[in-house]
Amino acid sequence: MVWSGILNSFIMSSDSHNSSLSKLGTELLEQTEVKVTHCYQCGKCTAGCPLAEEMDYPPSLVMRMLQTGNSELEEKVLRSFSIWVCLTCEMCFARCPMSIDIPKMMDYLREKALTEKKSNPKAREIIAFHKSFLDTIKYTGRLYEIGLFAGYKSRTLKILDDLSLAPKMLRRGKLNIFPELIHDRSGIAGIFRKTVKKNKN
Amino acid sequence: MTLGFYPGCSLKGSSREYAESVLAVAEAFNISIEEISDWNCCGATAAHNLNRELSLALPARILSLAEKQGMEEIVVPCAACYSRLSVTKHELSANASLKDRISDINNMEYKGSVKILNIIQMLDKYVAPVLESRVAKPFDHKVACYYGCYLTRPHDILNFDREEDPQTMDELMLKIGATPIDWAFKTECCGAGLSVSRTGSVGRLSGKIIGDASDRGAEAIVVACPMCHSNLDMRRDAINSFLGEKIDIPVLYITQAIGLAVGIDRKALALQRHFVKVTI
Repeated sequence: MVWSGILNSFIMSSDSHNSSLSKLGTELLEQTEVKVTHCYQCGKCTAGCPLAEEMDYPPSLVMRMLQTGNSELEEKVLRSFSIWVCLTCEMCFARCPMSIDIPKMMDYLREKALTEKKSNPKAREIIAFHKSFLDTIKYTGRLYEIGLFAGYKSRTLKILDDLSLAPKMLRRGKLNIFPELIHDRSGIAGIFRKTVKKNKN
Repeated sequence: MTLGFYPGCSLKGSSREYAESVLAVAEAFNISIEEISDWNCCGATAAHNLNRELSLALPARILSLAEKQGMEEIVVPCAACYSRLSVTKHELSANASLKDRISDINNMEYKGSVKILNIIQMLDKYVAPVLESRVAKPFDHKVACYYGCYLTRPHDILNFDREEDPQTMDELMLKIGATPIDWAFKTECCGAGLSVSRTGSVGRLSGKIIGDASDRGAEAIVVACPMCHSNLDMRRDAINSFLGEKIDIPVLYITQAIGLAVGIDRKALALQRHFVKVTI
């Protein structure tokens, strides 16, 4: 089991009980006010996480990895699949006895991984979906579902996926052929220019 | 007074039956509703996954527009939009420099004066007091009230009902003659934004929800979120292949269930748009 190997490396790690915060831990504290040191490994986040079994490291292990201050483990977190498959369902935060805002931390880690070009290759489809989603908003102000599918398929080459869905949606009036364009599209473009472009993501 | 309305993108496209039923119920109860003019997408999961400032700027623009258009209270039927708008309002009220920064990005003043209601809060406030007296045809069915994630979590920000065993929708269902079942997946996640990129995961998570509702005898699942609806309804093939059986329990929006009970025409409630046929 991969997880037990990681756990063993904590036991061997001499600085695992060092109270001083790691670089990434400090960054998280400053940028999100999330205190990774407050986690005492009860495991409730992992127990309640609906996708823990699909993660390379479950949420409680991510917390432990960040606590060690070990830069190799921090790098593993940034390059993990876990941060991308996290649904932000907020169940971990709801159940955390220390009220640690893990979803907020996950958002920060995702943005950092993307900016530093460290996103996990397995997350390619997830990121392609998010980017295609934002692309349609950038140009029209609102989500354009056909544009989203087209963008996603061109990014992932998953041409055949969900192909039967479109005619069924069309028949039920659930798919707009044309996008809804808002008037202040230049305002929306300005928002994207000042946020996304700045970070090159 | 007039209630502001933020439909969000899903309600204009893949979940237009939700908007249709919200407006039909509002009309039946004489609630005056006005759509926010020139609204934009809230950014949804995509924005907060990829860029924090964008995820705050997009909802802040919507709230600024509502302020400018003189709205004091808005209803946001999509649970995900409701969450993004509420989180933004919370973050900007707690941090003045962030508020200035986002106002600057949007080039729009943001005061934070608009009150945000989810659909259940709106129904509870404006419909519930007279609902029982308006029931024409009791919705006499066992229903699984499914709240999903974004209506109740994070509790400290949304401050709506109980995080893991909310009751407000159940109480509304009781008022229209339905029997809400006791079940385990009221606030479990359906798989949300992974619907396209990881359909198999969504089939598994939504499958557990449908499976439990079915095991406990539910005749319908009642929802208040377009993402929950599309996963439980449009992804039924993936769900049934996960469960290894064919379950055809329909998924209704809360406004469709109430609409049926107060005698609104089925067509006006757009039940025909669902993938899983609504036979009740």
